[in-house]
Amino acid sequence: MTDQHHAAAILGVEGVSVALSGRQILDDVSFTIGPGEFTGLIGPNGAGKTTLLRVILGLQRAASGTVTVLGKPRLRDAIGYVPQKVVLDPDMPIRARDLVALGADGTRYGIRLPSWQRAQAVREMLHAVDAERFADARVGNLSGGEQQRVLIAQALISRPRLLLLDEPLANLDLRSGQEVITLLARIAREQQIAVLLSAHEMNPLLPVMDRVVYLAAGRAASGPTAEVITSEVLSKLYGYHIEVLHVAGRVLVVAGDAAGEQASAALPQAPAVLPAAGAG
Amino acid sequence: MHHVFTAVFEPGFFGSAQVHTAVAVGGLVAIVSAVTGVFTVLRGQSFGGHALGDVSAAGGAGALLIGLSPVAGFVGLGIVGAGAMDMIGVRRLRGRDLATGIVLGSAIGLSALFLHFTTATSATTGSVQQILFGSIFVTSSDTVLAAVVLGAVALASLAAVCRPLLLSTVSPEIAAARGVPVRLVGLLYMLALAVSVGLSSLAIGAVLSTALLIGPAAAALRVTTSVAWALVVACLLGLLAVGLGVLLAYDSYYWGSSHLGLPVSFFIVGIVFVTYLLTGLPAAARAGAGSRGTAPTLAAAENDKIACMSATGGHRRQRART
Repeated sequence: MTDQHHAAAILGVEGVSVALSGRQILDDVSFTIGPGEFTGLIGPNGAGKTTLLRVILGLQRAASGTVTVLGKPRLRDAIGYVPQKVVLDPDMPIRARDLVALGADGTRYGIRLPSWQRAQAVREMLHAVDAERFADARVGNLSGGEQQRVLIAQALISRPRLLLLDEPLANLDLRSGQEVITLLARIAREQQIAVLLSAHEMNPLLPVMDRVVYLAAGRAASGPTAEVITSEVLSKLYGYHIEVLHVAGRVLVVAGDAAGEQASAALPQAPAVLPAAGAG
Repeated sequence: MHHVFTAVFEPGFFGSAQVHTAVAVGGLVAIVSAVTGVFTVLRGQSFGGHALGDVSAAGGAGALLIGLSPVAGFVGLGIVGAGAMDMIGVRRLRGRDLATGIVLGSAIGLSALFLHFTTATSATTGSVQQILFGSIFVTSSDTVLAAVVLGAVALASLAAVCRPLLLSTVSPEIAAARGVPVRLVGLLYMLALAVSVGLSSLAIGAVLSTALLIGPAAAALRVTTSVAWALVVACLLGLLAVGLGVLLAYDSYYWGSSHLGLPVSFFIVGIVFVTYLLTGLPAAARAGAGSRGTAPTLAAAENDKIACMSATGGHRRQRART
């Protein structure tokens, strides 16, 4: 399902397919993201979310299709990235401000000379993610939510136009997750950065998510949240009947119809409760 | 005052050519090892560093057998070993132990073979001792020059890639996404490590080189708040261990009446060990104080859990700590 909603998109993904060791991971995925938009990349585990982010970053070759950032292929400097697993050891004497500084010049060669300009930029970034309080603490000693904020500052300091985050809410408690989402939504709006955030659970994102890219079985449906998260679109995507239920302001995506006649009984590979089912 | 001075610095210490050599070689090795060691500890590749020590031993023994300078053997085979470890898969965490183990095992086998031939054909029994436990007092001036050049190359390489290396240590994914050639940077670090371990083998012996590589770096990382300071402190601790070790080894000749003297490597490694223990004291004291209230590290680890159960309580504790 393609939607070309932007003439001047920040990110354009067009017909991307990826096969890894004979298995089709992504199948003709297309979507665009515009400036200032908060887009959720939603799908069950194994749907290809991380693979798609790696293709956008140029770390994974696509069998076919193109990825453009600001209309150009391979525009690495315009992308900020927060990967899923960053193991920050408390034994590492790396302070929050050191990690953010590495985001600024970690790709440069030679010894780092003291720079007032860089120190100032680091302070601004720490302020932007509300991390000044623990700027001098070892990152390994920070809580999960605090580490996410520092990692976001690290990604933002290179002034990207597109910010990719791989499951930033995994391993966060609900409150920290909410803080991270609010922060990202504010940054997207204020700095006109396109945010693409992957999650297997969409409910925490509903208040801020402008658009959604829903991945299932390697295929994607994209568009405004209300247009994509419907029984018709998701049923077509999954290839069997899906019921989207709205319960107390939350969205439940359930296999089979509401009467309890489970489609999953006929299709053993179908999970009974699909992503976004757990109440946020 | 003079009495104390002569008691500490036994007669002839400052005039001895051997002491000059030992201090020059030892100082160089201490600095190269400390700098490489900080990155080694950060990257969690101490086992790899130790394995390269064993590879160095095989190289030194081989060089001795065919009449080359031991430093050529130490560094030469170390570089080959580092390359082999990189090829087998030192980058993937699971592959890393495997690669290290395979290279280490082969190296010890080679050492056994070379040393067998050396002891069978040569009457100089001291040479095996020198390979395994160092020859800091009897290094030839040619070897000193070679060591200085190699050490400078290793330091220059690390200085060139220090930031990309640190970024790929913190997160290989972020580094790769930003365009850092993660594998190339890692390989360059491995080569610097091989040179560093080779030089350390020359000074305090292949078997003990790990101590000078890991000890000062690990101690420095315990007490500093940034990598830059860790590098400085590691160098100072390394220099302290080598300087004091050389002094004590020299003095030990005058201890008792046997006039045998004690091996310098023993003193250096002993001092490294003691400084490592001492730098653990502040953290231990904090943990002791913390156990009466809430241990800081525990609070960090359990913060998410606490915050889940009673959101405000957990966060308040977190703030108070940071």
